[in-house]
Amino acid sequence: MIELKHIYYTIMDNEKEKTLLNDINCTFYDNCITAITGQNGSGKSTLTKIIMGILSPTSGKIYFNGKDITDTTVDERAKMGITYAFQQPVTFRGITIKELIDIASKEDNSLSKACEYLSRVGICAKDYINREFDKTLSGGEQKRIELALTLAKGGECVIFDEPEAGIDLWSFDKLNEIFEKNICYIVVSHQSRLLKRADKILVLENGKVSNFGNSNEIIDKLQKYKCKLVRED
Amino acid sequence: MKLDKISQNLLEKIANIHALPDGAVSFRKNGKGEFVRSTPNIEIMKKGDGSGIDIFVHSSCQKEACHIPVVVSEAGIFDLVYNDFYIEDDADVVIVAGCGVHSSAEAGHNGIHTFHIGKNAKVLYLENHLALGNGGGKEINPVTIIRLGEGSTMTMETNQLGGVDYSSRETKAYLKNDSTLEVKEKILTSNFNVAKTNFKVYLQGKNSKCNIISRSVARDESEQTFKSELIGKNECFGHVECDGIVLENSKIDSAPKVSAHSSQASLSHEAAIGKIASEQIMKLMTLGLSEKQAEEKIIEGFLK
Repeated sequence: MIELKHIYYTIMDNEKEKTLLNDINCTFYDNCITAITGQNGSGKSTLTKIIMGILSPTSGKIYFNGKDITDTTVDERAKMGITYAFQQPVTFRGITIKELIDIASKEDNSLSKACEYLSRVGICAKDYINREFDKTLSGGEQKRIELALTLAKGGECVIFDEPEAGIDLWSFDKLNEIFEKNICYIVVSHQSRLLKRADKILVLENGKVSNFGNSNEIIDKLQKYKCKLVRED
Repeated sequence: MKLDKISQNLLEKIANIHALPDGAVSFRKNGKGEFVRSTPNIEIMKKGDGSGIDIFVHSSCQKEACHIPVVVSEAGIFDLVYNDFYIEDDADVVIVAGCGVHSSAEAGHNGIHTFHIGKNAKVLYLENHLALGNGGGKEINPVTIIRLGEGSTMTMETNQLGGVDYSSRETKAYLKNDSTLEVKEKILTSNFNVAKTNFKVYLQGKNSKCNIISRSVARDESEQTFKSELIGKNECFGHVECDGIVLENSKIDSAPKVSAHSSQASLSHEAAIGKIASEQIMKLMTLGLSEKQAEEKIIEGFLK
């Protein structure tokens, strides 16, 4: 479970203070998929990066399973069980997909075991396992491998920043199949298909929480006000 | 021949061998030729004046290896050796060179290698350099001159693995018709190391090709200079690529140059130098590596 208390995030923009997150208070529960949605620039990715420790809040507290993790580093949070899948996967020169799977799972996997992670995200594993995770892979391939790394790492809280982007040709339903239960999922998404599968939805607007509740209620509200936050597929 | 522990350690690191291997071998230590063994396909002969060796690779040599490692383990020795390679037409050979310096004070090795390569031959040349031990002043300065015959291919892989206080690599190559030179260079410097590289390749023959790829990582206060020039004098293809990572207060200067002396020459170059992308470090940290471990992994991959 992740709890955010009075999270503010401010940057300097042209010598003026700009508040990207403004007093965010919310709880992300275990055994629950919470979708974060909102317009571009509303602070969705910033919020998830703050949970992972990639960005530090200007003020406020972050708790993981009741423990204050506000001042911990990214790798410390990763070891505690927080996992993060980037919106734009980061590629490397000279590091193979197998090596990354080994790092993520903290073991020297057999080829067959490492391949399993790729197979689960719909990739023909033998063609990829010893390839470098570099820019020669297509955006869709990179995205699925990013998901495979998330699977290999596991964790108690898994954050996906727009997991559906770039995998349109792959069955979206399979993305849901790979989500295990009993985990706190935080998913940044615009897509109605994913929002409908979420248990809760948090809506950000200009860095503030404008709505937070059960997904069916929030989706009704958004439709009632003809809100264009949600992208139909 | 039994090797001492320092030699064993250096040979393991520069040539991935624990003892002198079977086959054609020349082992040089502290400025003296210690051991030479020829095979029917590869003849190694000491020069009369003791300045080095001549290596004759016959046409009958097909995928045979020749090891010519050098060890300098005494302080104050600055070895200078001239090795000439005569590769006959159609030969296919792997030459494993390299130099390891281990001393507590100034020491070094200067290897002048000249390749005379016949027609349709294939040469894979591997050269690793490493220096160990306390104290500064460890130098390795290789000079390589390559005369590549028609239809021949030479692949040259050089690695400077660390600890070398000063190095200056000079490479000149002359390519005839349909010949190909591939160069893959990797350099890692740290502390106050200085490394200089200078390639000059003359693409004289029709359909000659050259591809130079340099990867370098500079740490601490170290400095690297990479210069390369491809001179296209015929219908030819050449490309130079230099990528570097600069860390801490290090410096890398890169100057790839292409000169077309024929309208049929196709030459290109690219150079990219920068720090490690922060998102790469961050990604590996989200997988559980510390910042330091992430940096090491990225460098390892970059130099792979």
